Amino acid sequence: MIEVISEDRCTGCNICVNVCPTNVFAPVADGIPVIARQDDCQTCFMCEVYCPDDALYVAPHATEITHVTVAELEARDLFGSYRKSIGWIRGGRPRPAPEIMQRLEHR
Amino acid sequence: MAFPPTAASTIPTASLELDADVLVIGGGPAGTWAAIAAAARGAKVILADKGFCGSSGATAPSGTGVWYVPPDPARRAKAMNSRWDLGGRLADPAWMRRVLDRTYDNVNQLAEWGYPFSDDAEGRSIRNGLDGPDYMRLMRKRTKAAGVKILDHSPALELLRDDSGAVAGAAGVRRQKADTWLVRANAVVIATGGCAFLSKALGCNVLTGDGLLFAAELGAELSGMEFSTAYAMALEGGSVTKTRFYDWATFTFEDGSPIPGAASKGGRSVIARVLQSRRVFAQLDKADAETEQAMRYAQPNFFLPLDRVGIDPFRQRFPVTLLLEGTVRGTGGLRIVDSTCATTVPGLYAAGDAATRELVCGAFTGGGSHNAAWAMSSGYWAGSAAGEHGRHLRGRNRTVLRAGGVGVADGSGRAIDAATLTRAVQDEVWPYDRNYLRSGERLTDSLGRLDGLWSGARTAQAASLDEAQRTREGVAMLATSRWMYRSALSRTESRGMHKREDFPEKDDNQLHYTTSGGLDEIWIGHERAPSPEIEVLAA
Ligand SMILES: Cc1cc2nc3c(=O)[nH]c(=O)nc-3n(C[C@H](O)[C@H](O)[C@H](O)COP(=O)(O)OP(=O)(O)OC[C@H]3O[C@@H](n4cnc5c(N)ncnc54)[C@H](O)[C@@H]3O)c2cc1C
Ligand code: SF4
Ligand code: SF4
Repeated sequence: MIEVISEDRCTGCNICVNVCPTNVFAPVADGIPVIARQDDCQTCFMCEVYCPDDALYVAPHATEITHVTVAELEARDLFGSYRKSIGWIRGGRPRPAPEIMQRLEHR
Repeated sequence: MAFPPTAASTIPTASLELDADVLVIGGGPAGTWAAIAAAARGAKVILADKGFCGSSGATAPSGTGVWYVPPDPARRAKAMNSRWDLGGRLADPAWMRRVLDRTYDNVNQLAEWGYPFSDDAEGRSIRNGLDGPDYMRLMRKRTKAAGVKILDHSPALELLRDDSGAVAGAAGVRRQKADTWLVRANAVVIATGGCAFLSKALGCNVLTGDGLLFAAELGAELSGMEFSTAYAMALEGGSVTKTRFYDWATFTFEDGSPIPGAASKGGRSVIARVLQSRRVFAQLDKADAETEQAMRYAQPNFFLPLDRVGIDPFRQRFPVTLLLEGTVRGTGGLRIVDSTCATTVPGLYAAGDAATRELVCGAFTGGGSHNAAWAMSSGYWAGSAAGEHGRHLRGRNRTVLRAGGVGVADGSGRAIDAATLTRAVQDEVWPYDRNYLRSGERLTDSLGRLDGLWSGARTAQAASLDEAQRTREGVAMLATSRWMYRSALSRTESRGMHKREDFPEKDDNQLHYTTSGGLDEIWIGHERAPSPEIEVLAA
């Protein structure tokens, strides 16, 4: 579930408010959005992918809250980790050699 | 806040009223392909999505393999053959061929639009897979470039009709503006996806069978609703239902001993049985280091939850669960009556997971590529036909009436408690021993309670604006569950994904499509399946 918006990172662009398919966030006038309907979060990670400032963290637990903190996430370098792994960063992501990718073909 | 006066058949009003030739409901792959195809026919098109077109639906957060096969007769025949038995011999070879043709063209179109396909060892572009976020971001961009007006966060709640019974548009709410919308349109494409009963399977909580309900309220028919038992594997407590890499897994009990017969493919029902009373663990121990490297690149989201909880799936065992995906990776949906993906209602078309996929994959899709191929093909056909139809009727003056029933019409009884209704439906469709492993007795038992819920709901007053979306979702899931279980009860055999404990064998006298429909009274019918074109399939 969505758990954290980092106040230090977030610029208040409200992209997450727009892209969340289940309308979990609410905008705040002159401020950063809030997680208004956490129960509705479907743990799809799309907000993380679209956040231009890597300010959000979605815990992989779909049914319980882990209470992870910003400090822990910064320490483990988890902000933006998913966006990076799908290549939505400058330079994309390196693709393994075709011979290696072929390993997935026969099974 | 009150929802505007809502007895069905009254003339509708809304805060935002628009006119179009074509309205597309749902903005996943099927809806965006439909909108682009309709616009290409010169139609004025509006697309309304419950969430955000581009991030919403089953494809956007996950990505899909695509049934992309170059037009070499031997390869095409092999592709069709390999699915024929898996699908319980209910697919239609003529439709399979059409879908292969259309998918080939559409995917090549994606390449022209700039989708970043990679090359294989011989330098050929690999086009049989699409990353969800990239694919759907591109589709949103192309939809806008085609001149389509997109309404995000605007769930449709009901269809509109004219006095002949033809579809005339739809109405819904703008949930971020707390007001209402309606679009008068001469043609409507239902592309609302399947129904996964709010199980939190990846990207699926926007998929509650809404389009099936709306269409059925206008008299549309369904087909194959017994093929609705898709359950997909995820880390226990998680949401990422990516199943492919479990092909490299060994499944064990908590004590580490192997579970006999357990497998992701062909042994998933064994796992479901064990999960009823015990935990199941997996480890991808059949993959070596290079395979791991390839996997991490191919599906980063498979590893996302594991990495975040600190599990190395190649070297450690981790607990898994099966989440209901219902008709999303099932095959049942709205019945299609011709090659344009028309339903039985004039002006109303169905595409993607909202439509039956029996035509292309019969009674089973698992691990497919077929659903993605079907979504882009059926979307293209439905959109093209809706574009022609809508433009043809342009300028005609029609009376427009509401067509919505339970939850939006005023029956003046007690309002529906959406959360309670949803929970009650989930209690009948989530359990493995009711839905995955079916029996006549348990289906009848569930139907008794589901029919009771319907009788209780049908006289409810209209939901408030705040509760309207949830209420209609609950009603749609209830209606869907009743079509599912009535269809499942009528198929007294096991075929494809539909498994009956009391009828474990295939019965070739039942090589038919099960049609269904109706709301207060559910009816069941049969349509003959096409005779297998053996010569086509003999590759
Ligand atoms: C985890 C996962 C992996 C999959 N992998 C594969 C694969 O490898 N190969 C394959 O072929 N298929 C795969 N599938 C299936 C594939 O994702 C679907 O077949 C495909 O997304 C169907 O497209 P669609 O446009 O019909 O529906 P969706 O993509 O689900 O989109 C439906 C849209 O309708 C909107 N909507 C719903 N209700 C309303 C309403 N009332 N008003 C307005 N809008 C509404 C939703 O917000 C959503 O945007 C997978 C599915 C899942 C869940
Ligand atoms: S998308 Fe990111 S930066 Fe923008 S408002 Fe949301 S959390 Fe803040
Ligand atoms: S994970 Fe998905 S559902 Fe949850 S807040 Fe982010 S975008 Fe919304």
